[in-house]
Amino acid sequence: MNTVPWLTILLIVPAAGAVVVAALPRRHATLAKQLTLGITLAVLVLAVLATFAYDPDKAGFQFGQSYDWISTFGISYSVGADGISLVLMLLAALLVPVVVLSSWDEVDGDATGGGRVPAPTVAPDATGGTPGGSAGGTGSAGGVGPIGVAGEIGGVGGLGGVGGLGGDDLGGGGGSGGGGGSGGTAVALAAPAPARTVTIPPVEARGEAAERHGRRSVPAFFALLLALEAGMIGVFAATDVFLFYVFFEAMLIPMYFLIGSYGPVKEQAQRSYAAVKFLVYSLLGGLLMLAAVIGLYVVSADNLGHGTFDFATLRQMEITPGVQKLLFLGFFVAFAIKAPLFPFHTWLPDAGAQSPTGGAVLLVGVLDKVGTFGLIRYCIPLFPDAADYFAPLVLGLAVVGIFYGALLAIGQRDMKRLVAYTSLAHFGFIALGLFAFTSQAGTGAVLYMVNHGLSTGLLFLVVGFLVTRRGTRDVGAYGGLAKVTPVLAGVFLLAGLSSLALPGTNSFVSEFLVLVGTFTANKPLAIVATCGIVLAAIYVLYLYQRTMTGPVVHEENRVLHDLGLREKVVVAPLVALIVALGVYPKPLLDIIRPTVTATYADIGKSDPAPTHPAAAHPASAQPGGHS
Amino acid sequence: MSADPTVLLAQTQKITPPSIEYSSLSPLLIVFVVALVGVLVDAFATRGARRVIQPVLAGGGFIAALVAVAVLHGRHAVLASGAVAIDAPTLFMQGTILVFALLSVLLVAERRLDSSGGAIVASAAITPGSKGSTAQQTSADMQTEAYPLMVFSVTGMMLFVASNNLLVMFVALEILSLPLYLLAGLARRRRLLSQEAAMKYFLLGAFSSAFFLYGVAFAYGFAGSVELGKVADAVGTVGKNDLYLYLSLGLLAVGLFFKIGAAPFHSWTPDVYQGSPTPVTAFMAAGTKVAAFGALLRVFYVAFGGLRWDWRPVLWTVAILTMVVGAVLALTQRDIKRMLAYSAVAHAGFLLVGLAGTNTDGLRGSMFYLVTYGFTTIAAFAVVSLVRTSDGEASDLSQWRGLGRTSPLLAGTFSFLLLALAGIPLTSGFTGKFAVFQAAIEGDATPLVVVALVCSAIAAFFYVRVIVLMFFSEPLAEGPVVVTRPTLTFATVGIGTVATLVLGVAPQPLLDLANTAATSGFVR
Repeated sequence: MNTVPWLTILLIVPAAGAVVVAALPRRHATLAKQLTLGITLAVLVLAVLATFAYDPDKAGFQFGQSYDWISTFGISYSVGADGISLVLMLLAALLVPVVVLSSWDEVDGDATGGGRVPAPTVAPDATGGTPGGSAGGTGSAGGVGPIGVAGEIGGVGGLGGVGGLGGDDLGGGGGSGGGGGSGGTAVALAAPAPARTVTIPPVEARGEAAERHGRRSVPAFFALLLALEAGMIGVFAATDVFLFYVFFEAMLIPMYFLIGSYGPVKEQAQRSYAAVKFLVYSLLGGLLMLAAVIGLYVVSADNLGHGTFDFATLRQMEITPGVQKLLFLGFFVAFAIKAPLFPFHTWLPDAGAQSPTGGAVLLVGVLDKVGTFGLIRYCIPLFPDAADYFAPLVLGLAVVGIFYGALLAIGQRDMKRLVAYTSLAHFGFIALGLFAFTSQAGTGAVLYMVNHGLSTGLLFLVVGFLVTRRGTRDVGAYGGLAKVTPVLAGVFLLAGLSSLALPGTNSFVSEFLVLVGTFTANKPLAIVATCGIVLAAIYVLYLYQRTMTGPVVHEENRVLHDLGLREKVVVAPLVALIVALGVYPKPLLDIIRPTVTATYADIGKSDPAPTHPAAAHPASAQPGGHS
Repeated sequence: MSADPTVLLAQTQKITPPSIEYSSLSPLLIVFVVALVGVLVDAFATRGARRVIQPVLAGGGFIAALVAVAVLHGRHAVLASGAVAIDAPTLFMQGTILVFALLSVLLVAERRLDSSGGAIVASAAITPGSKGSTAQQTSADMQTEAYPLMVFSVTGMMLFVASNNLLVMFVALEILSLPLYLLAGLARRRRLLSQEAAMKYFLLGAFSSAFFLYGVAFAYGFAGSVELGKVADAVGTVGKNDLYLYLSLGLLAVGLFFKIGAAPFHSWTPDVYQGSPTPVTAFMAAGTKVAAFGALLRVFYVAFGGLRWDWRPVLWTVAILTMVVGAVLALTQRDIKRMLAYSAVAHAGFLLVGLAGTNTDGLRGSMFYLVTYGFTTIAAFAVVSLVRTSDGEASDLSQWRGLGRTSPLLAGTFSFLLLALAGIPLTSGFTGKFAVFQAAIEGDATPLVVVALVCSAIAAFFYVRVIVLMFFSEPLAEGPVVVTRPTLTFATVGIGTVATLVLGVAPQPLLDLANTAATSGFVR
């Protein structure tokens, strides 16, 4: 089975797809979407096949491949999968097609924002002196025929005869635009443009100026999603620390552009602030990790005679405790920013709120898991003594995060920020489980990573649907929607209940495992953390109550339409998995548990389980009781 | 010295001319001859012909010299009575300088930037603001002297990295600097700014040269020789207490730090980078940095290698200061060329971090970094020269607003280059940083690396800010346009960008080359 290079295929397919989709001209928006959906579905199928090919009982990495890359520094292209990385890759492969489908009309939808927003906001923009391009851009609100003409007029007039290419492109942009507006408006708006352009200084070759106000490119959006998917697969698959770092950093760039370019149209300042904050935070963490990565290399050169980045080799290496602590901190800060843990979280609410919905799902669903994944893959096995030393600190931060995130979530009025804060609480639970050093808690934490991706992903999607319908993230603008959009409300409730870990949903299994596992190791912390669940119930139910129950407060909400077919298809797999994994989590646990147990055994942490025979295997026993 | 005339006479009779191995000096000689021919061409050819002959001549000369460098690989000798050292690091850096010079010639030769064509002024002697000065902005003419000047400067650079003798090094420093002072004043637009740049560069450069020369004198004072090898021997014997020794080291360092643009001797960079014609800025940023670093490495490794525990703290201080000043001041810049100038200062600091490792890895890392930085920075300046308004380059950052919407390809390329300068993985900038930082940690300079990483994060912020402007802002109603027909500039941007990508993804061949050069070491 292991002769198939699953991981390399999983990596190359989306990466190549990203290049192809990025190369598509703007006017082939539909083709770009279909192509992206096809590619991501193919990746999903491949990931599922790889999961079947994976043998959970075999120790070490499977599907391993290794080729020299930069031999001067002992860097190789090495990939491999263990139970932890496999389920996270599966999660990524599942969420990306979901996101692609959910973002189907989002980018073009933004372009037609002019159609939904009252006309006056558009008119000044077009007549206010923007040359042909603006006319074409506004034109994208209407049908295909007239727009091509409008674009042509604007382009040619504006350029004094050069804009053939630009005009064409604009025509295409118009064609890709969805509903809203009318062709008549577009032409009318185009008319003033040529007159204004006289004032433009006659500089040579204004060729591309016609695209000046070109709207966001649809192929670019989907290419970024594919690039992000390649990065996510790569970061989980890498078994070379340097390769991991490369993916860890390179992944930032597509996410950065997703937030900055495709966030809410009308909040230009906020979204570029959020994008920059996200990038600078992550880069700072990444650079500290780079120092530790280089340090690790130098230590390996001292210990082994030749420097290496090979994870398996580094894992066997003895590092003096003092050095371990420094290197641990370098990695830990990067992961704590990425995850994020309190107090490194402040970028998350901004990034979450300003991402396009699909971006937010991937950001919180998968990207942030890289942080927690890094903790268990790199921090704990590579620096066991330091992990032991810093465990109280991490546990403390985790518990603070659980309460802090929950309390701030309760206080939010911006729904996306609210969901982002709930994630902070959830990451607290994950970190708690990882640093309790019992295989139950560890297994629970890894399962939590998957479950959180599903439940918070669904929550972000539903909130995204609401925001698309109503145009605001403010909780106060909703109320009583259960009457208007019952299906949407139902899905919303399910996502919320999964988020608060109601028994019968997927999150319950993982949260229970984390708490039981922590209890065996550290009773006070487990008890305190359990109280956090109460707060979770408050933030979820309070949100649901304010948006969905009660009378319809705002008249304009009466006309909102319920989930369409596409949206139902989008949420269906997540809903199904939330229920299915709540009832029967065994397949995932079977994959995760051996790796987690091996990781803790490797650093000399054995479970205190023998003294608690009843709690030894709640994982397989527990769910049955709730089904 | 006793003055017996007969003895003196006997001595003079015995003097034989030093044997010169012309073949080993061929790269230098080729470039020098090309420069001289260039002067003749400028004197005798017609205006129209010059604009064609000169770039072809200069480019051809660089290619021929590059071939000569390639043929010479493996040479390891001191030539011309100890004046010139041809060894692997020398040849590596000479080759690098020639490649960058070739790319810069393409930029200087560009004629399709605007209606007049070219970044070089038609007639530098016309007073700005006088009658002819506006007319000459649109004149199709240019000062073709720029080409021979550039070639002379390249000669100086190549000699600078090869000199095994402090006096030769000083001569090389002057040969490389004087043409650059002139070139800085040849910008077609914003003549006053350009002349100011030339003046500042000249005055401060002359100052630093004087420091360097004074250092040479002190070196002679304690070693009795200006040959690097003999200075190194003297460092071993004087017991490290000689005041002249430290004065010499300090003064030489000032001269060299000035050339690489290290703080606190960096203050010329923003003004000169901003005022010079952009192709010249690109040439200076890439070429001068390689040459000055080559000389710096040679002086510190060969002549004062025995004193490394004494100069390490100095180097640390200068490196930290340079990185911090470069990164922090770049944050406040509103002009894209000034921003890139401060970024050049910060990068000089990163290079010094590699040097602080004081090991072979540091030499390898620095040489690799110089190549990666040069390609990226030339391409970046070339992109800057493409974004124009009706009065020249749109160098104010606010004018770049929304460029990602109007010309995505150009903005995308520029973003990629900026990310490379910021050191994001899969670009050459990251590989380069990794190489120098690894050397520094290996050489027990971990605190320096931590400072460098924090500065990298600060630097990333201002690079990213430009990307934000280009992609996340609405375009200006009457913003700049991107010139669409300049084949030569496109070629330069293309080569620089591809090199940035390739050196980020597959750096092994160049690393091998740098490694061979570094392990074979400097000849003494």
